[in-house]
Amino acid sequence: MNGTSVLKKLLKMIGKYLPMLLLSLFLSALAVVMQMYVPVLFGKMIDCLADLKNIDHVSLITYTKQVILIVLVSSLFTYLMSVINNRISYKVIEDIRKKAIRKIQALPLSYLDSHPAGDILQRVIGDADQLSEGLLLGFNQLFAGVVTIVVTFYFMLSKDTMITLIVLALTPLSFLVARFIASRSYTMFEAQNKARGKQTALINEMVSNEKLIRAFAYENTASERFAVLNKDLREASQGATFFSSLTNPSTRAVNNVIYAIVALACAFKIIAGQLSIGDLSVLLSYANQYTKPFNDISSVVTELQNSLSCGARIFELLEAEELSPDPEAELKDAKGSIDIDHVYFSYRKDRKLIEDFNFHADPGMSIAIVGPTGCGKTTLINLLMRFYDTDSGDIKVDGNKIKEISRPSLRRNYGMVLQETWLKKATVRENIAFGKSDATDEEIIAAAKKAHSYEFIRRLPKGLDTVIDDDSLSQGQKQLLCITRVMLKMPPMLILDEATSSIDTRTELQIQEAFNALMKGRTSFVVAHRLSTIRNADQILVMNEGKIIEQGKHEELMAKNGFYSKLYNSQFAPVE
Amino acid sequence: MMRMKRLTVYLKAYKKEALIAPFFKLLEALMDLIVPLVIADIIDQGLMASGHNILIRDFIFLIVLAVAGMGFSFVAQYFAAKASIGFASDLRQSLFDHIATFSYRQLDKLGTGTLITRLTSDINQMQTGVNLALRLLLRSPFIVFGAMIMAFTIDVKLALIFAIAIPLLCLAVFTIMLKSIPLFEKAQMALDKLLSNLREDLGGVRVIRAFLKEKDEIASFDADSDALTRINVLVGRLSALMNPITYILINLATVILISRSAIRVEAGLLQQGDVVALYNYMAQIIVELIKMASLIITINKSLACANRVSDVLAIQNEMVYGENDLETEKTETAVSFHDVSFSYDETSEDALEDISFTALKGQHIGIIGATGSGKSSIVNLIPRFYDVRKGSVEVFGHDVKEYSKEQLISLIGVVPQKAILFEGNIRDNLKLGNEDADDEELCEALKIAQGYDFAMKKDGGLNAHIEQGGRNLSGGQRQRLTIARALVKKPSILILDDSASALDFATDLKLRQGLAALKDMTVFIVSQRSSSVRHCDTILVVDDGKLVGSGNHEQLMKDCEVYQEIYYSQFPKEQAS
Repeated sequence: MNGTSVLKKLLKMIGKYLPMLLLSLFLSALAVVMQMYVPVLFGKMIDCLADLKNIDHVSLITYTKQVILIVLVSSLFTYLMSVINNRISYKVIEDIRKKAIRKIQALPLSYLDSHPAGDILQRVIGDADQLSEGLLLGFNQLFAGVVTIVVTFYFMLSKDTMITLIVLALTPLSFLVARFIASRSYTMFEAQNKARGKQTALINEMVSNEKLIRAFAYENTASERFAVLNKDLREASQGATFFSSLTNPSTRAVNNVIYAIVALACAFKIIAGQLSIGDLSVLLSYANQYTKPFNDISSVVTELQNSLSCGARIFELLEAEELSPDPEAELKDAKGSIDIDHVYFSYRKDRKLIEDFNFHADPGMSIAIVGPTGCGKTTLINLLMRFYDTDSGDIKVDGNKIKEISRPSLRRNYGMVLQETWLKKATVRENIAFGKSDATDEEIIAAAKKAHSYEFIRRLPKGLDTVIDDDSLSQGQKQLLCITRVMLKMPPMLILDEATSSIDTRTELQIQEAFNALMKGRTSFVVAHRLSTIRNADQILVMNEGKIIEQGKHEELMAKNGFYSKLYNSQFAPVE
Repeated sequence: MMRMKRLTVYLKAYKKEALIAPFFKLLEALMDLIVPLVIADIIDQGLMASGHNILIRDFIFLIVLAVAGMGFSFVAQYFAAKASIGFASDLRQSLFDHIATFSYRQLDKLGTGTLITRLTSDINQMQTGVNLALRLLLRSPFIVFGAMIMAFTIDVKLALIFAIAIPLLCLAVFTIMLKSIPLFEKAQMALDKLLSNLREDLGGVRVIRAFLKEKDEIASFDADSDALTRINVLVGRLSALMNPITYILINLATVILISRSAIRVEAGLLQQGDVVALYNYMAQIIVELIKMASLIITINKSLACANRVSDVLAIQNEMVYGENDLETEKTETAVSFHDVSFSYDETSEDALEDISFTALKGQHIGIIGATGSGKSSIVNLIPRFYDVRKGSVEVFGHDVKEYSKEQLISLIGVVPQKAILFEGNIRDNLKLGNEDADDEELCEALKIAQGYDFAMKKDGGLNAHIEQGGRNLSGGQRQRLTIARALVKKPSILILDDSASALDFATDLKLRQGLAALKDMTVFIVSQRSSSVRHCDTILVVDDGKLVGSGNHEQLMKDCEVYQEIYYSQFPKEQAS
């Protein structure tokens, strides 16, 4: 995405604020012109003092009034301009955020799975801020800078052509100095960033694992490794900081030299009777501030470039391909028969995963998914819930191809409990009623009782009104709440993920009972770790490395003497 | 004050630099202050018919002032950079080393997130703060008051206008600033809320879609987003006042200054050039005041960071260690607990109560029990990661408190629950606890840990690169490397803290067989799986911080209810025979 296309898209986005933007530019131009005129008036006031014996009090008062009026009006304009700019800038940010959140909800999971959350957060929050502030405020500054330069030039010219030309000829000097320093310090900053990046990585790694360091008495080595990087950073920083901090004194010195030249030139002109002392003060104050807008503009240009690259990142998100549109057809209350016909699926074209997978489940059947950690159980969930679409072949619910019914109606018929529990930072009540926001307290409590979660909910400080924080509940309790959430919905099909070792035996038994209560009469897929679940399942799917390698009943699979029977037997093998 | 003292120590090493920098900055400011006087001299003396020489002299003087100012400033920048960077580097190293002395208990309390922020962004912010303070903290007030004093030397009566204008300007600038600081904080809080809202959405995207809650999530995000916009607009409106107000004040002061001057000039008390000089001083003041306001915001931020860093430096490790190496060969007992009670925090309930047991040299000890029952707490006491509240822990016949830190750690190999590896190659990771190990020893450890085959299949074998946190390995592979890493230390006592959970049953079995072959090593196996501990010499059954059973599998099956419950939950009864 190049700068112009980003700019075009952005203009479209700020289109509705265009009248406000133009108003702000207009105010800004007026304010600048007025402010530039004030030194001229001060010059005239000083000239009134030229003749000691005959001071022009009348003009002095007139000028005083003019200065006060101009200062007040231009201040008002400046204020209004800032307020308007602020408003536009924050409204645009908000528009971007609104678009982004809607986009995120409409993106396929393949996009969200392949982009780290931090990256998306950065685009939606950080980049949007930078884009709007950098671009709008930068643009405004740029505009004000150009107006200032033009007006200054005009006023100076109206005073004296030669001196104006001197200033004009010398101004690039301060640029060249600034440019020279910036280009030299750029590589130093790069070196500093690199050194800092390396050190931060080490800090992250070491400090996050202080306990490990303690257990292996690794402190001294860690400290030595840190010291090496710290020394690199120190040297790189010294160069970058010192060199870049030369910009200001250097450009100031150049400006001061210009100032001196203007003063000298003015003095000769005054002696020749071509200028007044008031003019001198005007030209000096212009000479003093003439370079400022130039410096502003050069920093604004960097800022603008930065903003455009942020814009490109945001538009990349906003323009990512959305989910295919939902078909009209609805899946009404499903009975729960599921067919998987010749399904092929892979996340990446070059790495085949599921090939020609066939399976049938009658309503009410329980299907255990078995395999070592990381065997690919999420893939199956992804396909059943249509988080991902199959590459070819169909999954059917009650004979309906799931690609031909709307996603919400399909998902409404599923209940899902994952091992990585996800709860909102909200009250217990809101979390349980997540899938049924109109549920009454009676319904919620009934579901909680059935799911064995009521026992601990009752003991929470505020019962159902307790706000769930990250650490306020144990892993097992969180999972019970997730089960309750599904229990309230009572969908005809289930996807369950049994706990592994992180839950204690008692809670595990409760969860087991809750699962059993849920599964009664429902088609359920259970990612199973417990032998009893596996043995009682109507069908077992054995997965390894993302593929379904065996399927059948327990006895059949044992008889096969394959992967499943090995997995099963290793549990009982003696040590000797 | 105590807090700052802990940090100023680090600046003391750069005392010379920290004094030179502001001194030269003041010299530079002095150059700036002289300029209006030279201009006044040009107007008052140089414009006479005979003034050519004076003009040339003044011009050269102005150039000298410009060049000298630049030179002084260069010197100041150099020393300010040197002092602030040196200060920050030294502080960073000290803080890093200081954190490495913290006990487990202190690490639990502080959390790694905080410590990382202290080491990185907080110290960076302090570096910026010190640098700016050395250069500008004195300069701006010096110019403001210098300009006023210069005004007094020109004309006392007119200088009074300065004396009134400066406090008024200060009042305006600082009122607006102080009012906006709390608003900035509020805006930051609103931003944090929005961020965590979005983070939650992204983390729970599957659940949200499964429950068809997309629209509600959009609504709640919009609400937070609105709130942030509102506060930002409010802050913006307040800060937008700064420019117009100071502009009005300074120009009013200038108008008054020139009108008053008229009377003084008329009375012959003042020359026109002096008026121009006074006018120029007024202009200098406003520039410096605005600089000072933004400087104060930066310094304020740095002070907050400084306080946080200082608080971490103030924490001292409370553990005291022995000094001499102790004799460990003579006893047959490897580890013994005597009525040990333990809590993670002075205020919290005991995590362990009255635990007593003895493990002999070469024995395998299994520890089983529910999550949170205290299994890990028991093994954490052996290398003295935590101190007991009551009772004592002995290793090879000596209280762990009598050992030096180094000796105790060298005796014990720990495989923690979380299989963490450092970025680097396999070899470096395996040598973490024993830098002198050769490749042969590493391979042997890998073989026992069942990691040899997969490690050799990697590109480069022992030199194979491991990404940060071991991301490029599977959970099971990471666990096998962490087990090998502990074995490379050749410890007398090995602790496996639920560290085979990601291994499939077959690999778990081979690992246990491999460990069984190391006859002299005492091994503690913490697990949730009955199958992992059932062949141990002694199994400790922990429930709610208490030892409810100890013995071998057969004994426990007979008389320990909790053990039976665990066992049958994993092996249905009909299969257990």
